[in-house]
Amino acid sequence: MNFVKKSPWILHYDGSSCNGCDIEVLACLTPLYDVERFGIINTGNPKHADILLITGSVNEQNIPIVKQLYEQMPEPKVVVAVGICATSGGIFADCYNIVGGVDKVLPVDVYVPGCAARPESIIDGVVKALAVLEEKQKALSKKKSAVKK
Amino acid sequence: MSERTVIPFGPQHPVLPEPIHLDLVLEDETVVEAIPQIGYIHRGLEKLVEKKDFQQYTYVAERICGICSFMHGMGYCMSIESIMDVKIPDRADYLRTIWAELSRMHSHLLWLGLLADAFGFESLFMHSWRLRERVLDIFEETTGGRVIFSVCDIGGVRKDISSETLKKINESMDIIEKELTELTAVFFKDSSVKYRTKGVGVLSKQLAHDLGAVGPMAKASGLPFDMRTQGYAAYKYLKFEPIIDTDGDSYARTTVRIKEIFQSIDLIRQAISLIPEGEIKTKVVGNPNGEYFTRVEQPRGEVIYYAKANGTKFLDRVRVRTPTFANVPALLETLKGCSLADVPILILTIDPCISCTER
Amino acid sequence: MEQNIKVIQTGELLSHAVSLNHEGYRLVAISATAKEGIELTYSFDKEYDFINLRLEIDADTEVDSISPLYSYAFLYENEIKELFGAKIRNITLDFNNQLYRIPIETPFAKKEEKA
Repeated sequence: MNFVKKSPWILHYDGSSCNGCDIEVLACLTPLYDVERFGIINTGNPKHADILLITGSVNEQNIPIVKQLYEQMPEPKVVVAVGICATSGGIFADCYNIVGGVDKVLPVDVYVPGCAARPESIIDGVVKALAVLEEKQKALSKKKSAVKK
Repeated sequence: MSERTVIPFGPQHPVLPEPIHLDLVLEDETVVEAIPQIGYIHRGLEKLVEKKDFQQYTYVAERICGICSFMHGMGYCMSIESIMDVKIPDRADYLRTIWAELSRMHSHLLWLGLLADAFGFESLFMHSWRLRERVLDIFEETTGGRVIFSVCDIGGVRKDISSETLKKINESMDIIEKELTELTAVFFKDSSVKYRTKGVGVLSKQLAHDLGAVGPMAKASGLPFDMRTQGYAAYKYLKFEPIIDTDGDSYARTTVRIKEIFQSIDLIRQAISLIPEGEIKTKVVGNPNGEYFTRVEQPRGEVIYYAKANGTKFLDRVRVRTPTFANVPALLETLKGCSLADVPILILTIDPCISCTER
Repeated sequence: MEQNIKVIQTGELLSHAVSLNHEGYRLVAISATAKEGIELTYSFDKEYDFINLRLEIDADTEVDSISPLYSYAFLYENEIKELFGAKIRNITLDFNNQLYRIPIETPFAKKEEKA
């Protein structure tokens, strides 16, 4: 089925963001920006998802949850850090309950800047993630065929 | 007697944009008790006052919540202005009121969409959010930002709105009002909306009072608490009555919010017709010394800002009592006795803002 | 807005809370500030009449919980207990410092330890 282009599904998790990026992620789905025209669907189930969008930085309490969500997603998978908090902690980096950007716990493939990240840049980030996903898909099928031989 | 089951709800759940965890104790399909577990978004930003000075903290205050960002900034600025005895120009007061009411509109439209999504009415979700973009366009045109726009500053506001733009806002209000009437007719008349919300999660007037509910949650149960009636910013010049309902169920909470959007349109029109010419910012010199409690009406209810200053540029303490924090006990109460399928709707009808609650 | 702050003694808190409760006041917030010791402010409201009760305690003083009177005070009290280390006893629903489950203990109280 490698000739079929994948419709990537997205799982969104709010680390400890202020909501600003989250509502912009949701705004991407709605009529004005409408990422669904690319076949992208926001799913609530990690087992259906290809792309993990994380907004906000990680803290002690949500690290196990973020990790678990990531592990439940099937290969290949891509992580997109949306907004400055997910990238580095942003304005809250100095807070006592903030560990830092998402890359402290997960391998992040795409960073989307902004506070709050604008829908345009989120869509750009997701499109970039699609390219990464395709690469990973290729690498994965190569590995599989090597195993078969 | 049937067996009790505990169902974990959250922190990652399709209906929740934000993480909150509830342990739902069930008897068959009925919730007997709900035990909250919070702290997934706790950042400890009140502690940041020690690292950022009182001017910089405005930006932190705006990032307490991305939905009512403007009103958080405004509440914080009002506290500092009161401590320093700064009288901000009238025009700034009016501009703040206009942005605050626009924020209320965008927040309520957002919530209407999420509610529709929670009971599976996806086209209604899309329509609410499409309409909300019109409000965001006004934000973008007047401030440059869509959700967090850092336009409030201690001593006034950073940007002025020209009279042409004000006229344009007035025209947008006409369009929004027309489309909103069409949209909300679905909420008012559609049988599936009524079926999912009428009689669900009833909170009596007495309980709403005793549990300290605020905002639309209290108003839908017949308590007319609205901080705007206390006349901060330009509200003292505008005419309005707090909107209340008496049923106290999810449907009442929905209608209260819908009526509040129409009220906001009216308030914006009044403000635009009354706005005086003049300066938009008073120069602020020195450092604050003293303490002050400010109470502001946010889309979700009353928020209390407490600031304590010591005469240096770093404040001793900033404390924010957010509306969702006050509404959590009422939520836990309404959850008792509801069926499992109604839990998402009940959680949504308090319009939870977890990042506000946990700060 | 009028700021009405009344300083009271630790032992008087419950009796003040009882009489406010009888008059129909609602609890709107409990705030804490760390300085030498902890300053607790209980804010009450009745139809926009805003009353604050202020308690100044040191870290070892035990304060009675007002949650038996105002059931929803438990959230505020748990928060203050966890973040400031104030000793509040008899909270109806005590999270035992596990409300936010943060990695460091009483982050707000740190300031006085240094001094």
